Amino acid sequence: MKPAPFEYVRIDHPDELSALLTEHGPEAAVLAGGQSLMPILNLRLRRPRVLLDLSRCRALHDLTPTSGGLQIGAAVTQATVLSWPRLAHQVPLLALALPHVGNPQIRSRGTLCGSLAHAHPQAELPLCLAALDGEIVLRSQRGERRIAAADFFIAAQKTACRPDEYIAQAHIPCQSIDEGSAFLEVAVRVTGQAQVACAAIAGPHRLRLAVLAGQATPQVHDYPLLPEADLRDQLDIIARSLALSCASADDDAYRRQLVVSLGLNALKQAQRARDRRAAVDAQIMEHRR
Amino acid sequence: MSERASRFGPSAGTRVEDAALLCGRGQFADDLGCKPGTLHAAILRSSHAHARLRGVDVSAAERAVGVRAVLTADDVTRWSRPLLAALRVPVLQPVLAKDAVHYVGEPLAVVLAENRYLAEDALEAIRVEYEPLPPVLDIAQALTLDGPRAHADLAQNIVSDRSYCYGDPDAALAAASHRVRLQIAYPRNTATPLECGVVVAEHFPDGNGGHGAYEVMSNFTGPMSLHAVMAMALQVPESHLRLRFPRDVGGSFGTKQSLFSAIVLLCLAARKAGAPVKWVEDRREHMTAATSATARRSHIEAAVQDDGRIAALSFDQIDDVGAYLRAPEPATFYRMHGCLTGAYAIQHLRVRNRVVLTNKTPTGLVRGFGGPQVYFALERLVQRIAVQLGLDPLDVYRRNFIAKDAFPYRAAAGALIDSGDYAATLAVALQAADITALRDRQRQARSEGRLYGIGFAAVVEPSISNMGYVTAALTAEQRAHAGPKQGALAAATVQIDPLGGITVGIDSMPAGQGHRTVCAQRVAAVFGLAPGDIVVNSELDTQKDAWSIAAGNYSCRFAGAVAGAVQIAAQRLRDRVAQHCADLLGCAPQDVVFAAGSLHARGQPEHILPLARVLSGPHWAPALSTEAGPPPLRETVFFTPETLHAPSSDDRVNASATYGFVFDLCALEIDRTTGRVYIDRYVTAHDAGRLLHPALADGQVRGGFAQALGAALSEELRYDGQGRFASQTLSDYLLPTCLDVPAPIIVHTQTPSPFTPLGAKGIGEGNSMSTPVCIANAVADALSSLPQSEHCQDLRLPLTPATVLALVAGGQGQAATGTVAVQTGKIR
Repeated sequence: MKPAPFEYVRIDHPDELSALLTEHGPEAAVLAGGQSLMPILNLRLRRPRVLLDLSRCRALHDLTPTSGGLQIGAAVTQATVLSWPRLAHQVPLLALALPHVGNPQIRSRGTLCGSLAHAHPQAELPLCLAALDGEIVLRSQRGERRIAAADFFIAAQKTACRPDEYIAQAHIPCQSIDEGSAFLEVAVRVTGQAQVACAAIAGPHRLRLAVLAGQATPQVHDYPLLPEADLRDQLDIIARSLALSCASADDDAYRRQLVVSLGLNALKQAQRARDRRAAVDAQIMEHRR
Repeated sequence: MSERASRFGPSAGTRVEDAALLCGRGQFADDLGCKPGTLHAAILRSSHAHARLRGVDVSAAERAVGVRAVLTADDVTRWSRPLLAALRVPVLQPVLAKDAVHYVGEPLAVVLAENRYLAEDALEAIRVEYEPLPPVLDIAQALTLDGPRAHADLAQNIVSDRSYCYGDPDAALAAASHRVRLQIAYPRNTATPLECGVVVAEHFPDGNGGHGAYEVMSNFTGPMSLHAVMAMALQVPESHLRLRFPRDVGGSFGTKQSLFSAIVLLCLAARKAGAPVKWVEDRREHMTAATSATARRSHIEAAVQDDGRIAALSFDQIDDVGAYLRAPEPATFYRMHGCLTGAYAIQHLRVRNRVVLTNKTPTGLVRGFGGPQVYFALERLVQRIAVQLGLDPLDVYRRNFIAKDAFPYRAAAGALIDSGDYAATLAVALQAADITALRDRQRQARSEGRLYGIGFAAVVEPSISNMGYVTAALTAEQRAHAGPKQGALAAATVQIDPLGGITVGIDSMPAGQGHRTVCAQRVAAVFGLAPGDIVVNSELDTQKDAWSIAAGNYSCRFAGAVAGAVQIAAQRLRDRVAQHCADLLGCAPQDVVFAAGSLHARGQPEHILPLARVLSGPHWAPALSTEAGPPPLRETVFFTPETLHAPSSDDRVNASATYGFVFDLCALEIDRTTGRVYIDRYVTAHDAGRLLHPALADGQVRGGFAQALGAALSEELRYDGQGRFASQTLSDYLLPTCLDVPAPIIVHTQTPSPFTPLGAKGIGEGNSMSTPVCIANAVADALSSLPQSEHCQDLRLPLTPATVLALVAGGQGQAATGTVAVQTGKIR
């Protein structure tokens, strides 16, 4: 379990990264926290000629609140995002989901953008980005482009990022104050890979459910406010239509079953969270009067 | 012997090992320096489960950067013989595959390069041409008459088929008012030490009178009977295969037994390279190709009376030992053979044991060795007996237990169960669990539609293996021909240095258990010193230290045998010292008192001699003390329990010297939405005889419990339909993390063993035997409140959420693929 030979370059400036990616293209790999890439290298599943380590590039370490959301630089670790004081207020879904990503050791090295870049079908962060209508900023010497999550994740471990591009930052819109969120996950172990995860957002007029159940890319479904029985029907449709190919048929069946029960629970929890939030707001308004 | 508290007490105190281990100053095999010029080995392994080898072309690898040599099957054939097996079998294992490969991970060639990176790079330059053959992937397939063979030239996959009969089981079964049967499967799993294998080998062409000799440093942990197998494979006398061991081993749980074939391989690699070579097993190699517990299929049946008393048992067991019958297999069967009747007084027993080869990794020692397989069948059966007869399982236990006044008890198949009070241990467990409250909680949960179950398991935990037990697999005639094998020698040496310091040597390689702590405490107590005054060295050297075939760290032989040998050696040396200094004190030798670092005559504590001065005396002035025999400077003791005889002519075998007892209780809830199992309370009650160090004993229980929980809920070595291995990394083989393991409530009773010097028995393997089946019994109990619970009795490990949810669906009378009603149980 030793990686194939590679050249290592420590990146100090983003321009350097763009230049080297233009030069080496598909033969380069971008290293940030290494929590996905290093095992892949050690198992020789990828054998890049050049490893471009951006983890110490100052310019990519920014976590910036903007008017509409949160900009997260390529080198920002998951632990940093999770410890951002306003996270639970501005993007509650992410605050609920991040504790399910790996464990504290992994989050302290792993980056949010790195997880998006690897697009593992069982990873929580691509699911959240899709649920939140997040965007990804891809940068190369040709310039920058902003791409929506829905267009970014193409297949399992395959994204729209071209060989000369890197993820410069992720943009995550703030959630509206009248929304409630829930994130539920089932894994064999407490900190293991998710077998099924469901991210739910409940607004005053609509519901959203993003599902990860072993299919290639995250799926997002929007519904009007439906009674529970109708939601269950909708979830049955999702469960049946999931394109799964697990190691065993038993796992397939299990995931389909869980999508329904977990999805429904997530939607219910999100609505309760929304109602609680509204109740608190009403109290505050009352108080102010 | 006096056992005073604190400084001089033998039973408490911190581990002498911990400061170094916790500060990163352990000395593990990979930490030890190598000679300059040592090469690093990487092993090319088969990617096929079963294939003919059309060619292995290493020429490009030989020319690769940094490569010094490549060991091939031709070298292996030239310089060695295949590994001997415990039985006469049609196929023996070569250390490199030659004409065909028989499991994924089987070694094909070894590259020796300047570093491991270059060695692995060169592996990719080796071209192997495979001609795939149909693989044998499970026991059922192995038994088919017209199916594939694990080796193309085998007439059949069954390599051993023995039947045994004790008492009159047929009559008892025919006369029984109830017959309870169960078909059980136990999966392949393993014990996953933190540290993988390490071998550093060197060949000395001038040794052995010019025939060549080998020296090895490895974290192999025995049994050292395998040293003979290695020497014979290498075609050298045992004295010319020198084996040395590091101070620390990062866990073994038996699995490092499997390193013996790698030791032979690396010796040959060193010979090819003409340089010392080092190989560090990586996690993928360890998971794929090191070892596995045997998978087993058992058909078990009991003749049961109306009150739940079991009159007879019948076992029909089939073990999958993988591609080769690797020594000491089929020991998985025979370690447990004498005590197949478990904790119960059952005198009629019928057994059929078959061993099949499959195209999977060869099996071997894994914590619990043989116990998990037996008890998964036997203890599930006891649960079924209670359900089928409408009895309280606790009554079934109490009615069948060996009575406390029956010890030492000769079990039907020959185990001489030394001591115990099973009903008392059960009572202690129930009290610790507060069983009444748990049953109330269960009633309450069930009334709310929740799935809450309580399970039990009673196991007899053998320790200190009889070196002759595997021969129970032979017929009596074959045994007579081969000559008797029995006993379990443990060796210990206590010696005194020229300033009176005391050093202890043992023939067990501790893998974290704290052997050095216990030995220091025993010896310190004998000489009236503090444990910190005693040095314990466990770095065995086969050319310098005392050892025999039973040496090693396995079968929980330490507490009962090794610590006992240490105790005897220390006492003998003390008695000889007393003999020599009695004149100085003007008293009889038996009246010399060793206390607080000095000596005095009994009743005259005011006249003391400093101990160090007395102890060191013979080094400086041996002539002064020779009158009373050789100077008392060193004492080596070989101890073997007297009760370990060779198997009898009627196939009865006492496979172990001591038999501890474990009674477990598990209360759990199944989440109906996810199928996850949540343990509400787990009590494990042990009787391991006299406890030498309670904290270390509890540590063994905690670790065993965590591993057993993994075996119960998440761990399995999986293969796909082509025999490709699917559990290569720790993200595929799911070990429980600290967040997944609840703290068990541990309680002890102590009935000392009459057969070991300190009355101690092993305690490290009990939970590997009891916990998986206890959890399964609790799951079965939880599912029993479902309307069609008969559909969910076929419990297979691991009980993953998916498996459990399918059982829940089956119990509700639904196809497992349908959707279930959402009823989230309240889970604490």
